[in-house]
Amino acid sequence: MAQIEEVNVEQFKHLVSERALTGETMLLNMGPQHPSTHGVLRLLLELDGEIVVNCIPDIGYLHTGIEKNMESKTYQKAEVMTDRLDYMNTMGNNLSYVMAVEKLVDLDVPARAQALRVILVELQRIASHLVLIGTWGLDLAAMSMFLYCFREREQILDIFELVSGQRMMTTYIRPGGVWRDVPVEFEKAVRDFLKTFPKRVDEYEKLLTKNPLFVDRMVDIGYLTKETALSYGVTGPNLRASGVNWDLRKARPYMGYEQYDFDVPVLHEGDTYARYLVRIEEFRQSLRIIEQALNKLPMGPVRSENRKFVPPPRSEIGVSMESLIHHFKLWTEGFPAPKNSIYSAVESPRGELGMYLEGDGGPKPHRIHLRTPSFDNLSVLPEIVKGHLVADLVAILASIDIVLGDIDR
Amino acid sequence: MGVEQKLGNMGVVTTTLETVVNWSRTNAMWPMLFGLACCAIEMMAAQAADYDMSRFGMELMRASPRQSDLMIVAGRVSKKMGPVLRRLYDQMPEPKWVIAMGDCASCGGVFNNYAIYQGVDEVVPVDVFVAGCPPRPEALIHGVLTLHEKVKVDTFKDFGEKYK
Repeated sequence: MAQIEEVNVEQFKHLVSERALTGETMLLNMGPQHPSTHGVLRLLLELDGEIVVNCIPDIGYLHTGIEKNMESKTYQKAEVMTDRLDYMNTMGNNLSYVMAVEKLVDLDVPARAQALRVILVELQRIASHLVLIGTWGLDLAAMSMFLYCFREREQILDIFELVSGQRMMTTYIRPGGVWRDVPVEFEKAVRDFLKTFPKRVDEYEKLLTKNPLFVDRMVDIGYLTKETALSYGVTGPNLRASGVNWDLRKARPYMGYEQYDFDVPVLHEGDTYARYLVRIEEFRQSLRIIEQALNKLPMGPVRSENRKFVPPPRSEIGVSMESLIHHFKLWTEGFPAPKNSIYSAVESPRGELGMYLEGDGGPKPHRIHLRTPSFDNLSVLPEIVKGHLVADLVAILASIDIVLGDIDR
Repeated sequence: MGVEQKLGNMGVVTTTLETVVNWSRTNAMWPMLFGLACCAIEMMAAQAADYDMSRFGMELMRASPRQSDLMIVAGRVSKKMGPVLRRLYDQMPEPKWVIAMGDCASCGGVFNNYAIYQGVDEVVPVDVFVAGCPPRPEALIHGVLTLHEKVKVDTFKDFGEKYK
């Protein structure tokens, strides 16, 4: 049996106001096991009656040592870790990491692979927002939203399973392209989803957007100003709900996002309700991107021909000595990356997901550091919950859309 | 059909107290609403419309450990979370069971490092291990049914010794 130690509340005393020390306000522990903290987040709340005076997030309950673990693996094997980082955005994490590797070793990606990546990452964005809207509804006592949102999410997971064989931890996007070409059923599955999903979004809106109970809990709650958001490094839908038009897909296009015609929803209210509306609109914009990408999905290879980094197809190994050597070298020692450091970022459903990668000339990364959006988004929470009721804290926490795997990593 | 035919006109059925108790325990097991990482999402999916665990009497997730009798450890348990997990387990009233859902909770999974318990059985006693990273909802349901089988053959004697 492992040594069990208790973490003491006393050690946070210097972070709360003086009124707490005299006993005028109360310290309340929310989490790490709490249904509306969306994972294992612990919040130490200083309460004046029902009103939150101070809120101190305590993170690290899901610290996994992912960065360190990745440094002990070759570039191909380390990718498996990125799936488990932000588990709502597995395809996006893969893309972020793979783009960093491709930038480090200067590897080309065929057009078809780029389009497939865009389709899958946008599907993942929808799936992530679905879980958010579903659990958000659950937090605010709209149980049916959870059931509806998970029904649609299953449809997306079925597509992922079709292409990669796994529902969540796909590792489908690989350095130099994707694992293999999509099966013939892929297009129909995505088209079916494109056909049914817009109606579902309208249904969600009917259930929530004008629902007085839902609106009462959200409008003018958790106001996040533009300046605060920028100074804390908030990104993604939270930033766009505060009136900053910043989306990496538009600002620094990658994977051919510049060819697709889509809008970035920006609202200026900055409250919890605006953050909800931005995500509902992102459903529709993601659908537009998927449809365009699917319509002009080019034919051709899905993996780079650069055999130094991408393993040869099975059929070549039997007939070509060179392919056999490449295959053996790639899967035993991996490919070396130059001594260089790069940063590459993608727009995840939560914001800017950045990957800092440092090579040392060998087949394993010297250092990997992740700039995860949830971490910065959570850091702004104490600012925006001050003066609100505890019940509103639940709505605000849902609205900033944190994933603890992303924060603690 | 079923029980009415066996009863006949007498309205009486003979069984043992153990069977009745175990039967009632399997059909109203309340899991704790407690997710750690990736597996928690699949646990939620198992509760949702497509898989619907309420078919097995498992739909009533309780947020408080004091109202629940099954802990599904869904995800990796870090060194910081271990004591909390143990405390939650201690707060659950007996009889109580634990399912280690997924590879991380069962054996550490892909994370063989300083931060993660290499199996949650270092912290709490586990009844059923469910493999997968993450397990499909069907796999979790299979784990739950396996636990039900285990509970059905529990005897009072063993039970008394287990929780002495």
